[in-house]
Amino acid sequence: MKIDWAALGSVFGVSLIVTVALVGLFTLGIVGLSKRESASAQGGSATLAATGAYACFAACAAAVAYGIYLIVA
Amino acid sequence: MEHITLLLGIVIVTALVFDFTNGFHDTANAMATTISTGALKPKTAVAMSAVLNLVGAFLSVEVAKTISGGLINEEGIRTEVIFAALVGAILWNLLTWLLGLPSSSSHALFGGLIGAAVMSAGWSSVNGSTVITKILIPAVAAPLVAGLAAMLATRLTYRLSNRVDVKATAKGYRAGQITSAGLVSLAHGTNDAQKTMGIITLALVTGGVIAPGSNPPLWVIVSAGFAIALGTYLGGWRIIRTMGKGLTDLAPPQGFAAQTSAATVILASSHLGFSLSTTQSCSGAVMGSGLGRKGGVVRWSTATRMFVAWGLTLPAAGLVGAGAEFLTKQGTWGIVLTGALLIAGSAVIWILSRRQPVTFDNVNDVDGATAEPAGVVTTAMASVAPPPAGPLAAADDLKTTIPGPDAEPARPATV
Repeated sequence: MKIDWAALGSVFGVSLIVTVALVGLFTLGIVGLSKRESASAQGGSATLAATGAYACFAACAAAVAYGIYLIVA
Repeated sequence: MEHITLLLGIVIVTALVFDFTNGFHDTANAMATTISTGALKPKTAVAMSAVLNLVGAFLSVEVAKTISGGLINEEGIRTEVIFAALVGAILWNLLTWLLGLPSSSSHALFGGLIGAAVMSAGWSSVNGSTVITKILIPAVAAPLVAGLAAMLATRLTYRLSNRVDVKATAKGYRAGQITSAGLVSLAHGTNDAQKTMGIITLALVTGGVIAPGSNPPLWVIVSAGFAIALGTYLGGWRIIRTMGKGLTDLAPPQGFAAQTSAATVILASSHLGFSLSTTQSCSGAVMGSGLGRKGGVVRWSTATRMFVAWGLTLPAAGLVGAGAEFLTKQGTWGIVLTGALLIAGSAVIWILSRRQPVTFDNVNDVDGATAEPAGVVTTAMASVAPPPAGPLAAADDLKTTIPGPDAEPARPATV
């Protein structure tokens, strides 16, 4: 009996890193957007926060696209 | 399809029924967290999942070459064996649905196949070490991987967003959750509908209707896709309730972390060559996100019942499969009797389920029987308890609007 520990280990590692990274990025995006909202409510602007937020969302969208590619391929 | 015998016809219908139970058994994987956190209305959620399952079924034409993945020796497998295996898998799926326990549909199918194959050709037809590497180890690994990832992700997302108003982030979490749930649905349609197509194709090859190695006919793809989508749309509300409400109480950030973890684990595992069960990954992710929130709890007795069901899936489906194979071996009357018993068994389970129906109306209500003391401060507020959206957000919550007044569960207050 041969257990493929390498494959199991890489599933473990990849899942852990990708999940935490994606959730982290997405949360940063949400936080950034809400900062912009509160800034504009006070009449100011938070270009940096908004740009950062959209960059985070773009990275997440790329990950989702890659996920769909994996499903189709 | 001119030479379809009675037996072959029965097998095709049974395979589609299995596909259907597979659909409604596994709706919970994609949509339980989305429904329980209120990201989508129950009916919208299952409709979306059904459509994505259907799309998934057509996306990949690479049909599973073996139905058991090397678990049993499929050379010279007889059509009756496939039928008996399906009977075992369907009955176990229905029983676990009646009890509201998420369990793997693939494992039920494997169990049925093992039982039927052993009854048909003896123990030598089962590849014992593959059972360990493909079923037992993944069954332990899946909830651990997904749970750990979800727990860390939940901690991280709470830490990052703890200074932001809960209301401002709710929309974002909602979108994130729906996206990852969509990915899980799509992946499910691709994987599990393929499985049924593989079974029907194998049965057609065995029956000499199509040449070995040929692609499934279009009607097979269409019917398998629609069977799984219909099952998904009808929704296994009992299982959705257990997964979304029974194991732990999910706030939107947790639902998002859990669903993302589940989607990642499913995709990563199937593409790195160590397949993990969708159901077990999702249940693990939900529990992990329950542990990841400060003050969050996992109801271990519900979890234990689920673990027991996982352990029993293989032997139980195997026993039924073996019994069914014993009958079908007796000749045509045995096959007809097995079919009748399958229908009778399903009818009994359905009637039992009517006693306490769980539908899209009450899927988020947890009554006293299923909600048990959660361990920490358990103030079960019967009527309109607001969902705890964060560890420190209880006061804020009272001001937020809550959709669906009838769908508010009794929730343990978090501290």
